[in-house]
Amino acid sequence: MTAPADLTVVENEAAQARFDDLIAQDSRIEPRDWMPDAYRKTLIRQISQHAHSEIIGMQPESNWISRAPSLKRKAILLAKVQDEAGHGLYLYSAAQTLGIGREEMMQQLIEGRARYSSIFNYTTPTWADMGAIGWLVDGAAICNQVPLCRASYGPYGRAMVRICKEESFHQRQGFEILLELMQGTEAQREMAQDAVNRWYWPSLMMFGPPDDESPNSAQSMAWNIKRFSNDDLRQRFVGMLVPQAEVLGVTLPDPNLAWNEERQAYDMSEIDWTEFHEVLAGRGPANAERLRRRREAHEEGAWVREAAAEYARKQALKQQSAA
Amino acid sequence: MSTPGETGTEAWPLWEVFVRANRGLSHVHVGSLHAPDADMAVRNARDLYTRRNEGVSIWVVPADAVTTSDPDAKGAFFESPAGKNYRHAVYYTKSEGVKHL
Amino acid sequence: MSAETPDLDTRPSAATRSPEDPHGETDPHGDVTVDRVALAEELAGEAAGAGHAASADVAAYALGLGDDALVLAQRLGDWITRAPELEEDVALGNIALDLLGHARSLLHYAGTYDGRSEDDLAYFRDEPEFRNAWLFEQPNGDFAHTIARQLVASTYLVELYRRLEGSTDATLAAIAAKASKEVDYHRDHAIQWTLRLAGGTDESRRRMLRAVEQTWPYVDELFRDDEVVARLAEEGIAPLPSSLRETFDAVIDQVFAEAELARPEGRTAFTVDGRGREGKHTEHLGPLLAEMQVLARVHPGASW
Repeated sequence: MTAPADLTVVENEAAQARFDDLIAQDSRIEPRDWMPDAYRKTLIRQISQHAHSEIIGMQPESNWISRAPSLKRKAILLAKVQDEAGHGLYLYSAAQTLGIGREEMMQQLIEGRARYSSIFNYTTPTWADMGAIGWLVDGAAICNQVPLCRASYGPYGRAMVRICKEESFHQRQGFEILLELMQGTEAQREMAQDAVNRWYWPSLMMFGPPDDESPNSAQSMAWNIKRFSNDDLRQRFVGMLVPQAEVLGVTLPDPNLAWNEERQAYDMSEIDWTEFHEVLAGRGPANAERLRRRREAHEEGAWVREAAAEYARKQALKQQSAA
Repeated sequence: MSTPGETGTEAWPLWEVFVRANRGLSHVHVGSLHAPDADMAVRNARDLYTRRNEGVSIWVVPADAVTTSDPDAKGAFFESPAGKNYRHAVYYTKSEGVKHL
Repeated sequence: MSAETPDLDTRPSAATRSPEDPHGETDPHGDVTVDRVALAEELAGEAAGAGHAASADVAAYALGLGDDALVLAQRLGDWITRAPELEEDVALGNIALDLLGHARSLLHYAGTYDGRSEDDLAYFRDEPEFRNAWLFEQPNGDFAHTIARQLVASTYLVELYRRLEGSTDATLAAIAAKASKEVDYHRDHAIQWTLRLAGGTDESRRRMLRAVEQTWPYVDELFRDDEVVARLAEEGIAPLPSSLRETFDAVIDQVFAEAELARPEGRTAFTVDGRGREGKHTEHLGPLLAEMQVLARVHPGASW
């Protein structure tokens, strides 16, 4: 769905000017509009990665659906994981308006050619991880996602509005899991603190590399896809966490975390980016397992998808001959 | 020109989904999904787009059945109404203040 | 989301449907999302029962139905992340959540007899105390097996809850009224897939035939009467299971006629004599319960 080849240079320049104008007015770009190839490619990459993250992100939590310690928690967790499938679908549907099929995106994912948020390559050994994921991982995700509701590409922004509204319960339920644990037995409190220790740093890494090492950020901000820098969002997130951690009674695992009155910002320890790059490169604790599960589901479902397509074909033929 | 999205190469076609939030309102486009046929499309739409009571009615339309206006002719196509201010009530200022007009 | 974030907000144009603007008049088309909701009763039947405790017979009956729903929900929950297509992850998730809701309502009511909570009943009973029929504990198998099990379960449940809506027990009637509409959709889902798998490819038809054959031995148990339910039937509290069979068979026959399938008659792949309501189970329930209960049992008395 790129611009028709017979478009003259002059027409192309006019189209570019119209596009630039819409961006300058902070208006929205819609699917059939002319757009620069780089803009289209950036969006396809970002939206499909986002969709993959939702789909792969179902796995660390689905790990506890069968063992959730109360029926209420089981229902909440199942609904949340199901929402994530829904969010993946909203996003694939937005990406599809840019001219890429979902089957193609799915192939990229299961063949390991696409990225997804590396946070989901960490494992969930305890129930408290359900709390920490909700509070920290969903919290960070929401910080990232809320500004995306205003992304310049219309279908992406609209998908994000829907997702943000639905996700508001995700972070709260995580917070409440941790709160219950912190108000519970000694063993439960230890479980909660341990999970916070493990998820805190990875959740800060979700905002991406520091601004001076984030090569694509400037272009994305110029295109009104991204609205705040990685470091700004990270600061804002930590600022929200500190008082929430106090309510919970958990300790954030950074001895250097302190408010700096002069900078009007939190000082914090250096993030271990080596770990981030290792996980991103596919050497996280669960990379292989996450992809294996997705590939198996897709491959084992092939006969079902084919059956339904074949049935639809036969029904259509029947209707034709009856008409 | 059809709506963007349908690639024509996938096993299950793409469907555009419209949901009516309440009686008295129009069906509004909410997104798309894949389904093998219309019966499954409307069910998938129910499961995907109305998990929180968002709707009382659903339409599904094959994405390749939607015809859109040509975006490249956008300026020309929608130019005509501009300037025809007499189609709007606010154009008629002399009757301002007169009741029931 | 915490209160600290509004400066990141966001949606100048998104009209919202608020109580002051119930029809979304700020946007004539309305907004198709829900911002503020009146939270519905989470456990069906609580209000209708008005704190009335179940009798021993009613508790035993509710326990059986609750276990059916719980065990089936536990099974279906395993499909999420593994379904044949993402849309189906969502669909099966919805069905599992409905069933979990029925289980919670029924177990809650059963527990009013002797002061046990839904979680006491779900997590702290051992296998012989579970009263679900064998059908519900059978493994998911392939998608065809799950659909065959869903077809049987939901066709039975539609008829059961439809009859139970007229129960003289107000709590059971209220639970059934909510469940009835939900299982109706479950049955529709199962029928749609039965038609597609049976009438799709050679491969899918072969799998569907095998699934039906391997599921049918578990059907009879659903319609077997016992002493408890006979007493409840006399009082108009519950229908006799045997009285649900005719409608069940009629619906199945209709579906099978369209799908060109047949009810396995005479000798099936194997025979079973399901005794779930007496606490006897197949080999499949033990591992399911062990997994479901493991965390709760490590921390008895803990709150979650």
